[in-house]
Amino acid sequence: MIKALFSILIFPGFLFVSVFGLFAEFFDRKIYARLQNRVGPPWFQTFADFIKLLAKEDIVPCEANPRMFGLAPIFALASVITVFLYIPLWKTETLFSFNGDIIMVLYLLTVPTLAFFIGGWYSTSLFARIGSVRCVTQLFAYEVPLFMSILAAALLANSWSLVDIVIFYTRHPLYCLFNLIGFGISLIALLGKLEKTPFDIPEAETEIVAGAFTEYSGRLLAILRLTIDIEMVVGSALLVAVFFPFGLTLAPITGFVVFMAEIMFVIALLSLLRTVVARLRIDQMINFCWKYMVPLAIFQLLLNLTLKRILM
Amino acid sequence: MHKPEPDKFKIPVGPQHPALKEPEGFSVALKGEKIMGLEIRLGYNHRGIEKACEERTYIQDLYLIERVCGICSHSHSTCFVQAVEEIAAVEVPKRALYIRTLIGELERVHSHLLWLGVAGHEIGFDTLLMYAWRDREIVMDLLALITGNRVNYGMNTIGGVRRDISKEQAEEVLKGINILEERTKYYIEIATQETTIIKRLSGVGIISHEDALKLDAVGPTARASGVNRDVRYNDPYAAYGEITFNVITDTHNDVYGRTLVRVKELMESYQIIRQCLKKIPDGPILTKVPRKIPIGEATSRYEAPRGEDVHYVKSNGSEKPERVKIRAPTLANIQAVKHMLKDRFLADMPIVIAAIDPCFSCTDRSVSLENPGDRNKEIMTWHALRTYSIEWYKKQGIDFTELNNNLKNKLERR
Repeated sequence: MIKALFSILIFPGFLFVSVFGLFAEFFDRKIYARLQNRVGPPWFQTFADFIKLLAKEDIVPCEANPRMFGLAPIFALASVITVFLYIPLWKTETLFSFNGDIIMVLYLLTVPTLAFFIGGWYSTSLFARIGSVRCVTQLFAYEVPLFMSILAAALLANSWSLVDIVIFYTRHPLYCLFNLIGFGISLIALLGKLEKTPFDIPEAETEIVAGAFTEYSGRLLAILRLTIDIEMVVGSALLVAVFFPFGLTLAPITGFVVFMAEIMFVIALLSLLRTVVARLRIDQMINFCWKYMVPLAIFQLLLNLTLKRILM
Repeated sequence: MHKPEPDKFKIPVGPQHPALKEPEGFSVALKGEKIMGLEIRLGYNHRGIEKACEERTYIQDLYLIERVCGICSHSHSTCFVQAVEEIAAVEVPKRALYIRTLIGELERVHSHLLWLGVAGHEIGFDTLLMYAWRDREIVMDLLALITGNRVNYGMNTIGGVRRDISKEQAEEVLKGINILEERTKYYIEIATQETTIIKRLSGVGIISHEDALKLDAVGPTARASGVNRDVRYNDPYAAYGEITFNVITDTHNDVYGRTLVRVKELMESYQIIRQCLKKIPDGPILTKVPRKIPIGEATSRYEAPRGEDVHYVKSNGSEKPERVKIRAPTLANIQAVKHMLKDRFLADMPIVIAAIDPCFSCTDRSVSLENPGDRNKEIMTWHALRTYSIEWYKKQGIDFTELNNNLKNKLERR
């Protein structure tokens, strides 16, 4: 009981993942800034922002539905933190593993997007409504290639359980090379999930102010921002676990450090990608996803099916 | 807030909105992501500069007019000074003309680099913003070196310029220009090769050659639609008559074309600056002009970075002008924006507005109603205006008296 509470609240649950998420945001912003020839924020900036927002007043618009407006961010945060409990962090084992948990992880990662939609929609601001509709429109575009490419890797490992996938790829490290296309696709799809350039269409600042988050302030905004930070960490961790889960067989501490480094590597790739591109329009984004990413993901699926026949 | 129609939104972009750098009202009717209609409302930034000019002397006006625009301050003051000099029939020394041209071109460089950054930001490409504005610092430093100020240079005065340019300064300028030329080549490469930029810019905000002529677009906006108009070339002022350069035009007709025109104009500007520094003659920089300007009127044109700037000055023989009229380039271009946004997406709106390089504070107008009967009474009351309109319609043969009475009775019965 105490052990379960410890793992949910402290490690690797709420406290650890929050701190890691905020640190990851700093890391992302620092890399983004350095690539743009700027100095970037100091290490404590994200923590200071978070604490400052917590101390601010929550303003709920008169027209908004206060229950939905207040609950949406909490749902989003809860679901992303839950995901972290299913990802192997320091050994090839997770707290609550079962066969099929990779599907649950993928769906839990969808919950924040839906929560942003609900929060934005019920805040009744025009900007927020357009933002939230864009949120969901975009969801239909990136979610399919993301699922397909991650499940293709699972297919090769012949398991729906994250732990089994990790064990499989640790045993056959070279098989990871087959999944390179899938990794690229999921990296780009992750940019869409995290609403970062070129897919930051739902919160395009120069068009619709802050999209679904326009009316949020104070604690609720702090929770939303924390959610996005944790989503970034969790999404990257999922990619690492599925596509190159090396180092987990080492001693616990070393394995943990290596795994963290790999997560940071994925986050650095995300920052690099968003530095070099401009924001697409929503129609261009959907075209891109269905025209190029989905066929590539299908190709990856077929490739893995064929490989499975040959190799096993 | 009233309930919007189920499938039609009306979004206020402005007066306060992250896409706009100055307050201006755009009300966009949306159906899904498509723009169905656009209303533009000017006047949030009106400062009454033209009127204020009439109450100050010509020298004081110079400093006021410089503050019409924060970016093209030298353009406005040069344009005004040219008009005054024409009235006073002053021969401005050659060296002063060259210095004016030099500052004008440096200003164009900093304005176009600023625009490039803003355009990058509007399409969500913040890296371009950071790079362009970093390089803009070089030209800002050069301007500070020559004039002492980063903006509002205070270089012009009636009859010449106030500061001379030394040999060392000229060398510094050349050094800075060389660095900037390299950087600009890089930006041209980015603009013509980066896929996401081309995707976001080409085919957006189209205005055909005929429409550009009909709507009277000016500057890079017109030149990107193939309108070969540049005051520097067509009606040379300052030292432009003695300098060879190309007028950059493009036939893309869209925002992409406007981007290309601006980055290529940067390259031309570097050539003009080099020629200026090479050809600049020795001699005085100022002719003394009496404080009182003789009776007369003049119009002056100047190719500001955003397009043709027109100033009209009327003198009554005293040391204060009778009337000053400013037509900033944005006023000419703003009409085209509505046309460009027809049937486009909301996502294109920021970049299309930004693509004319708007300067709203230069453009803002106010309307005052004069009583046509009694000229001394400046502003008509609501009641007077209503009576006037009724009288006017009666003259046209339309009488609303009966209708008005019916309406009155109806209201009373309630």
